[in-house]
Amino acid sequence: MTEQPAIPVQQPASAPVQLELVVEGISSAQAIAQIEQALIGIPDLVYARLNMTTRRLSTQWAHAGYNAAPLFAVLDRFGYRAVPFTTNQAEQEESARTKWLLRCLAVAGFATMNVMLLSVSVWSGNVTEISTETRDLFHWLSALIALPAAGFAGQPFFFNAIRAIRSGEMVMDVPISLGILLALGMSVYETAHHAEHAYFDSALMLLFFLLSGRVLDHVMRLKTRATAANLAALRAPLASRLGPDGSLSEVPADALVAGDVIVVAAGQRIAADGLVTQGQSAVDESFLTGETDRRAVQVGDQVYAGMLNGAGQLQVQVAAAGRQTLLSEIETLIDNAVNSKSRYVQVADRVARVYAPIVHVTAALTAIGWLIAGASLHDAIIIAIAVLIITCPCALALAAPTVQVVVAGALFRKGVLMRSGDVIERMADVDVIVFDKTGTLTLPDVSQPDFARLSDGDLRLAGRLAQSSHHPLARALRDYARRQCGPLAALDNVQELSGQGVCTHYQGMDLRLGSPAFCGLDEATPSGGQSLIAFARDGVVTVLPVEQVLRRDAVETIRQLQAASYRVLILSGDRAEAVEPVAGALGIAEWQAGIKPADKLACLNRMKAEGLTVLMIGDGVNDAPALAGAAVSMSPTTGADVTQAAADALFMGEGLGVVAQTLALCHKGRAVMRENFLLALVYNLVAVPLAIAGWVTPLIAAAAMSGSSVLVSVNALRARSAHRVVSVKQVKSDMGRSG
Amino acid sequence: MSVLLYLVPTALGLGLIGLFGFMWSMRSGQYDDMEGAANRILNDDDLQDPQVRPAANDLTGP
Repeated sequence: MTEQPAIPVQQPASAPVQLELVVEGISSAQAIAQIEQALIGIPDLVYARLNMTTRRLSTQWAHAGYNAAPLFAVLDRFGYRAVPFTTNQAEQEESARTKWLLRCLAVAGFATMNVMLLSVSVWSGNVTEISTETRDLFHWLSALIALPAAGFAGQPFFFNAIRAIRSGEMVMDVPISLGILLALGMSVYETAHHAEHAYFDSALMLLFFLLSGRVLDHVMRLKTRATAANLAALRAPLASRLGPDGSLSEVPADALVAGDVIVVAAGQRIAADGLVTQGQSAVDESFLTGETDRRAVQVGDQVYAGMLNGAGQLQVQVAAAGRQTLLSEIETLIDNAVNSKSRYVQVADRVARVYAPIVHVTAALTAIGWLIAGASLHDAIIIAIAVLIITCPCALALAAPTVQVVVAGALFRKGVLMRSGDVIERMADVDVIVFDKTGTLTLPDVSQPDFARLSDGDLRLAGRLAQSSHHPLARALRDYARRQCGPLAALDNVQELSGQGVCTHYQGMDLRLGSPAFCGLDEATPSGGQSLIAFARDGVVTVLPVEQVLRRDAVETIRQLQAASYRVLILSGDRAEAVEPVAGALGIAEWQAGIKPADKLACLNRMKAEGLTVLMIGDGVNDAPALAGAAVSMSPTTGADVTQAAADALFMGEGLGVVAQTLALCHKGRAVMRENFLLALVYNLVAVPLAIAGWVTPLIAAAAMSGSSVLVSVNALRARSAHRVVSVKQVKSDMGRSG
Repeated sequence: MSVLLYLVPTALGLGLIGLFGFMWSMRSGQYDDMEGAANRILNDDDLQDPQVRPAANDLTGP
């Protein structure tokens, strides 16, 4: 199959323009044909090709003045949602690096095969009667292939090693590079002296195996990054634009132009650069400055796209919108998501810090030992180098990444995006799981609450106020009000009190929307175990009961988790009357209601102090501190921006079962990782004495290295599936319960 | 041993052809969309003859 345009190409008159789109819901071959066929004939469109792997449609237009509207219309007609998309810098770099590693791998693979061909001839010749000339010829041929190939394919390791040495660090790549260079150097020397053994094949095989591990790692990361970028593109860039008539409409951030006024609700990401024209709040600009303290902003202050709005509602006059600002936001999100270096890799580097000196000292002692035992200087050095080659940490370097790739891939297929590899390890340590209720145990889209209790005037006001909140109940109210009353104007100076509600003053009236307590009611309101949302206009309170729907498999999942002796808790900001039935239905004995965000975090810290490892699962703005503070955290992709930014893993879909599956897979993953480290250790324990004794020939080195690497990689595949939630430390959990 | 004179270069040459083939296929973007390639093979759009080409959505064939 060649890279043929799916649409007949007309010669572009002027410079062609690229447009990338993320398309949602592509699933079959028919979809490809359907879309690409339907796109034929759109004016100015010269090329369109749908990539099923990345779910992106790349198009090329004849000139910059094209009109993309027909294209969107076509996609819309087939029911596919598409969003313009710019491949970010980080993804392009990652993609280029993966290709480079793949090239290195191909060269190493080619060279290994051909050198092995020659080596096997030499090995069989050595036990029959090969002439020295023929052997030398074969060794020189091997050198001819191996030296340039290793010089090319070894670059990833050499560069890393040089960088590490310059900055005075120790990483695995240092002993790897040293082993490879010494093996090659010694082999050339030995070949020049007509010796029996040369290690060209060992050096190349080492490179091949190590590169395989690295390519796998990068392919997985690239896939996660691309998916995260698609998700971000599909959900992030919506802004609430204030129309000239004062009504609010949701528009893509791309559609904003300078001069538009947008309303930014509490906890929302600001969609464009601009000046605050109304309201006051604090913004989180950590992505810009690295400063974690929030900056207070008021009228006249400059805000930038990507900043997270704090507790107040802002109106922003757009100064710059579109690609430039949006790009930075998406890039920052993804970089945070994927770039964080895995703790486990750092562990591998820590291993290197201990491992390298031990190996190098062992090699030196071996040489000295052999000298004392009366061997020649030449033999002593050759044996010492053999020790270095055989201890080159091939299996050790593959032990963790292979498992991470397998587990991340398995989770990815289940709709869980992991933000870093060390999530596996932290997940596996979990013994307490804390759930938020609204939007996490229950579905984010609540069933229809009893909004009819509001008078029309109140509904309009409540709906306008609800536009400033991200709480699922408020969203439901907003949507209901919009359906009933049409477009709603925004309210000014809305304050959101995290975990309580939103309030403002409007035409001399004090308006409040939130928990009954927040609206001035006693807790003793009648309820049938429903959530309550209350609206107060100058102290006149209307209470609206809301039924919440549990996630599809919530009951089953909680039972599963409890059976695996996880301690399951609910910490909710909702009222006790609303939490109790949910806890009862799910069989969760430990729950706390009416908890403020700071208390949630304090609660987690208390458990941490007891020595418990907590998995926090939540979706609301009020969960964000707890998510960031927990040992490990998950958030549904329906959660607020700030919440998703704080979570270690995101899960898609309506089910809760993925939580149990994630835990099970991570458990299995960690167990397999430990096995892998053990296997690598056993390999060294067996191989090193042989090398010290001077019995390691290139044949043994090749067999041992490939054997251990393949064993570790194949073993990693076992982490692909876990059939049940594995039991955690029951004892520890019990201790936590009594203490 | 004169057989080596052409056998070794032949072996190397074949290996190199494979290597360059791989490099070329990668550069021309053939690994960019593995899933799409697996699905595109099922499309019959390339059949020009209407006699041979089944109607769209006609899963039973001609």
